[in-house]
Amino acid sequence: MKTKRFIVNTACHILLAVLSVIWILPIFYVILTSFREESGSYKSYIWPRGFTLDNYINLFHGNTNINFTRWFTNTLVIAIFSTILSAFFVLCVSYVMSRLRFKMRKKFMNIALILGMFPGFMSMIAVYYILKGLGLLETGVLKQIALVLVYSGGAGLGFYMAKGFFDTIPKSIDEAAYIDGATKWDTFVRITIPLSKPIITYTLITAFMGPWVDYIFAKVIMGNDSQYYTIAIGLWTMLEQEFVEYYYTQFYAGCVMISIPIAILFLLTQKCYVEGVSGAVKG
Amino acid sequence: MGIKKKKAQPVYDRPSDANISQAFKKGNTVTKASFFVFGLGNLMNRQIGRGLIFLALEIAYLIYMVAFGIGALGDFITLGTAQQGEVYNAALGIYEYSAGDDSMLCLLYGVITLVMTAAVIFLGCMSGKSAFCTQVRKEKGKHIPTFRDDIRSLKEENLHGFLLSFPIIGIVCFTIVPLIFMILIAFTSYDHEHQPPGNLFDWVGLDNFKAMFSQGSKLAGTFWPVLSWTLIWAVFATVSCFILGMLLALLINRKGTRAKGFWRFMFVLSVAVPQFVTLLSMRTIFNANGPVNVILRQLGIIGATESIPFFTNALYAKITIICINIWIGVPFTMLSTTGILQNIPAELYEAAKIDGASAATIFRKITLPYMLFVMTPNLITSFTGNINNFNVIFLLSGGGPDSMDYYYAGKTDLLVTWLYRLTITQKDYNLGAVIGILVFIILATLSLITYRRTGAYKDEGAFQ
Repeated sequence: MKTKRFIVNTACHILLAVLSVIWILPIFYVILTSFREESGSYKSYIWPRGFTLDNYINLFHGNTNINFTRWFTNTLVIAIFSTILSAFFVLCVSYVMSRLRFKMRKKFMNIALILGMFPGFMSMIAVYYILKGLGLLETGVLKQIALVLVYSGGAGLGFYMAKGFFDTIPKSIDEAAYIDGATKWDTFVRITIPLSKPIITYTLITAFMGPWVDYIFAKVIMGNDSQYYTIAIGLWTMLEQEFVEYYYTQFYAGCVMISIPIAILFLLTQKCYVEGVSGAVKG
Repeated sequence: MGIKKKKAQPVYDRPSDANISQAFKKGNTVTKASFFVFGLGNLMNRQIGRGLIFLALEIAYLIYMVAFGIGALGDFITLGTAQQGEVYNAALGIYEYSAGDDSMLCLLYGVITLVMTAAVIFLGCMSGKSAFCTQVRKEKGKHIPTFRDDIRSLKEENLHGFLLSFPIIGIVCFTIVPLIFMILIAFTSYDHEHQPPGNLFDWVGLDNFKAMFSQGSKLAGTFWPVLSWTLIWAVFATVSCFILGMLLALLINRKGTRAKGFWRFMFVLSVAVPQFVTLLSMRTIFNANGPVNVILRQLGIIGATESIPFFTNALYAKITIICINIWIGVPFTMLSTTGILQNIPAELYEAAKIDGASAATIFRKITLPYMLFVMTPNLITSFTGNINNFNVIFLLSGGGPDSMDYYYAGKTDLLVTWLYRLTITQKDYNLGAVIGILVFIILATLSLITYRRTGAYKDEGAFQ
């Protein structure tokens, strides 16, 4: 019995080790290549012949094509503003759907469900022309505002997750507050929100990640205005046919540079993610 | 409910019968007139603030309609009549462009005007109801809410209106109006030959749908294969990530496994890297000259100049994409199932062990049903998400390898990436819109059927 358990345990550990190697290797390769000394794109070997920090240094000494610092700040600013806006939208809608009862409630939820089934960028062209009509595509800064609006405008529809979380907060807490004379608004701000840190963090993080990883909308709105590119379009540009020979290693350096802050953020808030999924009341 | 009655002063306390038909039947002349002159009933009863807001909105709408809206509606029906032309300017000796109608803008302004009209009709009903409410209160000799009461009620009875207003404005502007616009485009001839402002396009009814389904046409020959691949992809991607992710979570959470935190960290690391970065690096890693092929060459599995066509052979590309998606998706599932797995009551397992159930039976009879019960809504969302999974396909293979038999699509194109190509590259907006609508129909039927059956939808208050 004991030897059998030992064998099973060992087998499991070996399996886990193999799997984690598979999962780590690509990441390792990205980091490795980001330090590669030889320029050019694909090589006939894996292990770099020499190591250098130049890829990172060049990234921040922007030339005409690659302006990494600029892209980074662009994305950061857009991400911060759209996070604030969309978190506000999501929390409002999900609280209303979870706690308040009114005539249109069920209808609103069904409409939200239906709207969520259209492919997201089907409306992209129309959004583009609406923004143009509003005059938001005239200058680069306005385009950035437009992008913030695009990222956060429809955010109210993504309330399911937070609503599910609010549903698990016992209603008796709210009722106790009503007895003490609190209005519903007070209850929302003073009781529900402080109790919902995991889901708020989750909402903030997901909203914050959006602009870092979106390519399509950003590209359509920014066009060729490379000064105002976000990081995602920037990195994509580096892999284009005419650039890949020059910027291949820098591309990896850029990947590492944006992955580090996002990974740290994610790992710090990972607990909130898990708690947000499983609800406020532990089973 | 008992608690609410204790409230000091119920300000709104709407008569329960304040719906529109009642207001029309039982309302007096002022109330009835309030449906057309917004805020009249309120203004007559000294609810100045509320009445003025209603009235101001109506006037603003009327001004808009007279100045612009009526013309926009006319253009909406014709989609523009004057085509842009060239006029010879004798004084300068050159051809000049005469400004024609822009069908695109006609359509867009038409949609915006229609949405605004709908909003104003809604506002009219609100005004009528509000007037009726005031009338009833006056008849009963009750307190008529002042403007200050109205504002206070935003924190209490009307909190939902207050909290929802901004998100709804956002949703209307950036989701609903564009959607209506694109749905309408499916019924026009807005393709690469009818590009405004140079050319006009017009309403064509169901022609685009007919073209999409007509037997033997190139479009139909593209649509069905792309659709079947989309469904195959969505099923494989969802199921593989779910099952493998759950197995991985089980493996890590086993009693005998040591250093659980460490293993979890190893996998979570790949989730932490932005997906965009992962996908782009994966594309280079599996490139014809990328590291995977280099390793295979060095190991002697393939010849020194050969390479496995990971993204250039249709079948290989499909398999590669599903595998890469597993790499991306499994840690996610692992992460979200870990908590749920720990919630499965331990007694169930103990009882099963006493009965002598094997590990496989326990998984099949206890773990899997429990997980399916909890995760079904999640599975549906990820299935629909996969049907619309633009990023994975676009960033990995770009839909390629391209096929000559298809109408501007590649072998790994999903419906959504095809939609992207048709609109952005090919400028066949009408066909793109048709595909968008079809995707919607597929998703709607699939998920409404399944979603309505799940426990989470039926008794959402189960926890409260």
